[in-house]
Amino acid sequence: MITTALLILGALALVFGAILGYAAIRFRVESDPLVEQIDDLLPQTQCGQCGYPGCRPYAEAIANGDDINKCPPGGEATVRKLADLMGVEAKPLHEEAQNAVKKVAFIREDECIGCTKCIQACPVDAIVGATRQMHTVIADECTGCDLCVEPCPVDCIDMIPLPETPERWKWDFNSIPVRMIEAD
Amino acid sequence: MQSLLDKIAAGQLWSFPGGIHPPTRKAALSKKGIDSLPLPDRLYLPLRQHIGVAGSCLVQKGDHVMKGQPLTQIDSSMSVPVHAPTSGLILAVQEHTSPHPSALPELSIVLEPDGLDEWRERSPLTPAEWTPASLLERIQQAGIAGMGGAGFPTSLKSAVQQPVEFLIINGVECEPYISADDALMQEQAETIVQGIEILQHILAPKAVLIAIEDDKPQAIQAMQHAIGGRDNWFLRVVPTKYPSGGEKQLIQLLTGQEVPNGRRPIDIGCMMFNVGTCFAIAQAVLDDIPLIARVVTCAGDTLQQPRNLWVPLGTPVSDLLHFCGFQPERKQRVIMGGPMMGFALPDLSAPVIKTSNCILAPSRNELPAAGEEMACIRCTACAEACPASLLPQQLLWFSKAKDSEKLDEYNLADCIECGACAYVCPSEIPLVQYYRVAKAEIREQQREALKAEQAKARFEARKIRLETEKLERQRRNEQLAAERAAKQGQTDDQAVTAALARAKAQQASPEPQAEPATTAAPAKTTQAASQDPRKAAIAAALARAKAKKQTDATAETVASSDSNETAAPAQDPRKAAIAAAVARAQAKKQADTAADTTDSDSNEQVETPAVVEDPRKAAIAAAVARAKAKKQTEAAADTAASDSNEQAETPAAAEDPRKAAIAAAIARAKAKKRKETDPQ
Repeated sequence: MITTALLILGALALVFGAILGYAAIRFRVESDPLVEQIDDLLPQTQCGQCGYPGCRPYAEAIANGDDINKCPPGGEATVRKLADLMGVEAKPLHEEAQNAVKKVAFIREDECIGCTKCIQACPVDAIVGATRQMHTVIADECTGCDLCVEPCPVDCIDMIPLPETPERWKWDFNSIPVRMIEAD
Repeated sequence: MQSLLDKIAAGQLWSFPGGIHPPTRKAALSKKGIDSLPLPDRLYLPLRQHIGVAGSCLVQKGDHVMKGQPLTQIDSSMSVPVHAPTSGLILAVQEHTSPHPSALPELSIVLEPDGLDEWRERSPLTPAEWTPASLLERIQQAGIAGMGGAGFPTSLKSAVQQPVEFLIINGVECEPYISADDALMQEQAETIVQGIEILQHILAPKAVLIAIEDDKPQAIQAMQHAIGGRDNWFLRVVPTKYPSGGEKQLIQLLTGQEVPNGRRPIDIGCMMFNVGTCFAIAQAVLDDIPLIARVVTCAGDTLQQPRNLWVPLGTPVSDLLHFCGFQPERKQRVIMGGPMMGFALPDLSAPVIKTSNCILAPSRNELPAAGEEMACIRCTACAEACPASLLPQQLLWFSKAKDSEKLDEYNLADCIECGACAYVCPSEIPLVQYYRVAKAEIREQQREALKAEQAKARFEARKIRLETEKLERQRRNEQLAAERAAKQGQTDDQAVTAALARAKAQQASPEPQAEPATTAAPAKTTQAASQDPRKAAIAAALARAKAKKQTDATAETVASSDSNETAAPAQDPRKAAIAAAVARAQAKKQADTAADTTDSDSNEQVETPAVVEDPRKAAIAAAVARAKAKKQTEAAADTAASDSNEQAETPAAAEDPRKAAIAAAIARAKAKKRKETDPQ
């Protein structure tokens, strides 16, 4: 009696095991979709300030349980979104990462010696130049990641805050009609 | 069932939700004509005065320009040129305060009028030349952008493929104070109608609807007179209500159709132009007058003579106010645009541009500053006033919370920023300002998202590039290593034979030879070679064979690398010779001092034993030689395209004592060759 029951249960276990095993292979998900989702939230500056070489490796690290507050370029907004996605508490950014102003790299061109070191450091190929030729930054492509500043042997790269333009200007709520004009 | 056209022909008017009835305050101005502003001292012409991209600047400091001459060049359909409003001198192309709520400086052309007002040559288009394409080009070249406020390039708007059912001409001008269009219709009704005819020619609509609010009886009369009995032209008098002049609201009012969310009016067969735009089109086509001036309403109680003025574009607002007898109060506000949708100008040096229809300098009693914001009491007055049927309270919460997803869900994008909600709010909440902030924030986020996407793409592309480069390098290195190994096997044999040959030669003629140690090495070897013909012959043969092999071997690698590197194999024998000579000289010097041999008569004995007996010293010498050779190579071949390649080649000449010996042999061979060619 007991043997029959065991046999039946055993057979069932084998059948379901086989089905599950087959399904695991047949319907395998190629990459972790969570990583994709996290990667989409990250700002893609590829700056490495999180300690990982690029945004995707950090996304993978978050998926594996790393802190979500290591991305200074993303700021609080990214942390909030990551917290929503991961279902964890939104932590404040690391101290030095707060109040980050959008910046863009600028090469003081007459000081550049053309060593190409910054070109190799740029994660998004936003610096153009050749050996012993002056280099320059394509400002529109620069993500402001700071990675080119360190390798420069002559310290000719500045990170300058992005200038405000009328297109980028946000209605500063507190300054709408408050400022008054002294007429001439 | 009546068609829509029949209904419109029958005079039916529809309605739009919400709307408010603020005091219009237009009566004082609407009866006066349009005056002309005397030419100001300076004109500041921003390169971009419309929505879209700026053209590239055509003039520079010191240029003299004629009236109507284009100052910028268009490089895309999203741009329209800027023209000189009068003849004069370009003083500078520099940053100047923009007529924008931020007053951020924008690149502007500074023009000093010469007072002559000389026109460039003009070439009006005759009706025979009218084709949609030529008209559109003329409209774009004339720099015409929508003059109702948004400033969208008119040529781009008109160049649609979809059929246009209703061409709507907007003469509603619903915002308080503003009467620029009213005055224009009263004075220039004929020209406006000509402009509409041109648009009709381009767009071929089924009907033309001209809408004017019922508080402008003179304009209605003038337009009615100018239209006459044209077929399918309907003058529609619409009731005064703010914001009837909004594009979507007016379409709803005139045709009963609603523009769907996220679509354009053309998608429901409507196309709308402001009367000012029609006037500008007529001028551009019929008289070749580009858009260089516009009617601006100057109103407000602090102006002694409020009026409508023809103002050259680029005139600073302060000049305008001064002309109207501006008597500012303490903390005077000056508003560009109307009281509902305009913005306070932070700086009065900002110029009038194509979209500026009104300058308002109200006294404090007339238009009190906004009171303190109080809590929302959920009275829903704003929702009732909203002409776009949005939920302003909800949008307010979400704007405060910066919840862009929810804002999108509640269709913030459909908000036309008319300000009706803020006008009716009993708690004096500046609702529309919150929406403006939120909209700017969302725009910024979209820009960031786009930028992040681009950065990611570039990063990925770079990763792929680095990967392929790495593979390439690896492959090349493997190839080189294989060649080196093959060469190594051969040179081993050669070294043995060479050593044997040398030993034999020495035995055959052990002639001593006195030479001071300081003499140059090549000279020594030359002498040695000449005195020892047999030995030299063997060495030369070996050297030749080796040089040939090296050239063959490098030729293969060179094929895959830069052309710069082809110089390397050509210089190789010479380089090796120099290296070998140096190595030999140093080895000799070291041997002299260390071993302290008194017998320095045979230099051959010094050279060969140094290599054989003292491998350590020879190695040092070889290293020095290598370094020197590298330096020389770098100096000679200026383009150090790939260091690794050269390093792979130079050490081949002097990597160990054996190789140094071979190098020496080559040097000797060279010397011999030189000697052989010299007598001939």
